[in-house]
Amino acid sequence: MKINTPLDLNMIKSLKAGQELFLNGTIYTARDQAHKRLVEAIKAGKNLPIELKESVIYYCGPAQTPKSGVIGSCGPTTSSRMDAFTPLLLAKGLKAMIGKGARSKEVKAAIKKYKGIYFVTYAGCGALLAKCVKKSEIVAYGDLGPEAILKLEVKDFPLIVAIDANGGTIYG
Amino acid sequence: MSQSENCPLLEKMRRIEAIKITKAVAELVRQASFFLRKDVLSALIKSYTAEKNRQAKSILKAILDNAAYARKHKLAICQDTGLPVVFIQIGQDVSVRGDLKVAVNKGIDEGYRKYYLRNSIVGDPLQRGKPGFSPCIMHTDIVKGNKIKLTLLPKGFGCENKSQLRMFKPTASIEEIKEFIIKAVKEAGHDACPPYVVGVGIGGTADYAGLMAKKALLRKIASGSSNLEKDLLKRINKTGIGPMGLGGMNTALAVHIQTHPTHIAGLPVSVNISCHALRSASVIL
Repeated sequence: MKINTPLDLNMIKSLKAGQELFLNGTIYTARDQAHKRLVEAIKAGKNLPIELKESVIYYCGPAQTPKSGVIGSCGPTTSSRMDAFTPLLLAKGLKAMIGKGARSKEVKAAIKKYKGIYFVTYAGCGALLAKCVKKSEIVAYGDLGPEAILKLEVKDFPLIVAIDANGGTIYG
Repeated sequence: MSQSENCPLLEKMRRIEAIKITKAVAELVRQASFFLRKDVLSALIKSYTAEKNRQAKSILKAILDNAAYARKHKLAICQDTGLPVVFIQIGQDVSVRGDLKVAVNKGIDEGYRKYYLRNSIVGDPLQRGKPGFSPCIMHTDIVKGNKIKLTLLPKGFGCENKSQLRMFKPTASIEEIKEFIIKAVKEAGHDACPPYVVGVGIGGTADYAGLMAKKALLRKIASGSSNLEKDLLKRINKTGIGPMGLGGMNTALAVHIQTHPTHIAGLPVSVNISCHALRSASVIL
């Protein structure tokens, strides 16, 4: 099954934990320091460098881009490190997250409340996932190096639903 | 008059230029980052063949495809190209011409830059700041002979974050120690890219147990496991965590234990977990 961005919100609600799909469209990378900055900006009432509404965030800090490539190796990083920041981002419109590993109770509850979704992708397979990235550009926090926010255009990016909009989870 | 003519002790010393060390380290960066260790690859193939769970099998297939793709296209196996840990065994009859530590870090910088790896190292653990490629962590050991052995272990931090240490009472039972090791793996759970290689250090001091646990990851998989290691592996694979934590019979590829004499008052046990992308490379100069 394939899904596209902008996300079809009704379709997102119908997805079930364990389902495998492929994503086409636009996603943003953000990990630890970018999350910290986004949340600080929200709390300070400042404008955000990306539109959070109905967005997809990928927990990823890629390796450097080789000369002839679009992006370096770009697999997921451990999602639970972002748990403390996630409920606020969901409240502000974030819809989908891609990462690896389990999430906190608070994140699971926020996903259910805001009808969001959490996907995992092949962990430790960054070279293979780089194949799915067709375009990459820095959109914010370039000073963070690999932790900058990148806008990625992806094609057939493999996903497994890990926590669905109804709170269903693959983690038991 | 050269130095060696002045000093008879230095006459038998073999000289190694620092630049040779820099070049060797940069080459180890390439080898470790693009080419998955053969023993790790064999263990993954074995797991893939044995796995019964459909989703787990497809994940193991993706892991194997990833290794092949990385090798072919000169891409890092994982975007987390690690905190480079360099083990240096220096023969006591070697004289390094230049600054050894500077030479090693230069090799790390050159290799990581040249091969488009990730700048994951922040200069200050509290202030953080823009990351760079180095410094690496160096463990030096003086050994017999006139050679230098360099081993690079680029350690990913998803799994390094799951490291554990417990100072057991000297009267602790083997079962208590086993339970601690299994619990450490369960706590790593879905997060740290299973199937894991579990490094364990038992004995010595707190710091030495940690070093042994890390060094245990360098041992070749399937190189004569002890009964304790076999039993732990069996029990870890019964946890059902599986590849990527989505279930299955392959939670770990191996358990490697190193031990050392310790004090009558204590029994340190340290666990250092590696993700399935266990990368390392060695060279002797």
